[in-house]
Amino acid sequence: MEWKIDDSRPIWPQIKEQLMRDIVAGKYPMGSPFPTVRDLAEDAKVNRNTMQRALSELENEGLVITNRTSGRTVTMDENLIKLTRGKIAKEKIVSFRQEMEDMGFTMEEIISLMRGSDSDVEKGE
Amino acid sequence: MNTNALVECRGLGKSFNGRIALQNVDLTLGRGKVIGLLGPNGSGKTTLIKILNGLLQPTTGTCAISGAMPGTYTKSIISYLPDKSYFADWMKVNDLLDMFEGFYMDFDRAKAETMCGYLGIHPTDRIKEMSKGTREKIQLILVMSRNAELYLLDEPIAGVDPAARDYILNTIINNYNEEGTILISTHLITDIEKILDEVVFLREGRVIRHEAVDDIRMREGKSIDELFKEDFRMVPIYEGGEMR
Repeated sequence: MEWKIDDSRPIWPQIKEQLMRDIVAGKYPMGSPFPTVRDLAEDAKVNRNTMQRALSELENEGLVITNRTSGRTVTMDENLIKLTRGKIAKEKIVSFRQEMEDMGFTMEEIISLMRGSDSDVEKGE
Repeated sequence: MNTNALVECRGLGKSFNGRIALQNVDLTLGRGKVIGLLGPNGSGKTTLIKILNGLLQPTTGTCAISGAMPGTYTKSIISYLPDKSYFADWMKVNDLLDMFEGFYMDFDRAKAETMCGYLGIHPTDRIKEMSKGTREKIQLILVMSRNAELYLLDEPIAGVDPAARDYILNTIINNYNEEGTILISTHLITDIEKILDEVVFLREGRVIRHEAVDDIRMREGKSIDELFKEDFRMVPIYEGGEMR
């Protein structure tokens, strides 16, 4: 997997966010076994404590379940996945909107740009 | 002293013929961590590592590893990678494995053999006939095949190409005893930043910073590499020593 780690922020939240996105995107299907800390740490080239911390956070949020006998699995809670998906989308939209507004676009312009229907904005007229 | 700590240094100092290499170092390192010992050339990294494993006697102060002064016992729980190779040319890989097996109770020979196998290194290969990079990899394999409490790695990635560097870092993070702590000295910070829990900055023999990497990133909003460049910025001196 491709891991993108930004230098200016702590590493574990970035790892957690990437894993969250992969869970809601179905890369780790509901109820399927989740890779071990060791394997994930090796793949991301981070130390195991960092990966452990990211996984503990996912466990706290219920996205990943630890079973005593069979290791970790992805949650079966469809509703939780939907909620998480919505939350991530909202965060993305807020930051996107902020960036666009910083460049002087109005909400209407942003929407029509996204629909691909407003040629005026693109032409700069 | 706090016996839960793995390494405990108090007022540690070392001078060589009056030239100060370390001064007044107070340092406590916990267990189960990967810690970077960072500082420019000549800041005292190697001196500190050599004191910790008993190769040098401190001029002042004390240090303890797992509650014990450096000595025979601490050598049995410390796995040390020196900054130079000390293998004799005539030795074969098998001789090295025998040597480590004889010296260290915690040496896992099967593991070392497997790791050599992955690299295509044969037990009857001679040290003399190996490239510098291969020698360094073997030395690291031996050191990381011990189930030590403390791994002291002095410049493990200096002077090797980027691919070998990746191999070395992977070997380090995948093979250490999980309750053990790794102290890695280096000035190549970008390459190891992601695998560190904590950093210790040394300047002119003093500890000027000892913090968790994520705390630094959180507070400063920058990488350890950038912070290092700020902490150790050198002011260029122009002609005649005058600043313009």
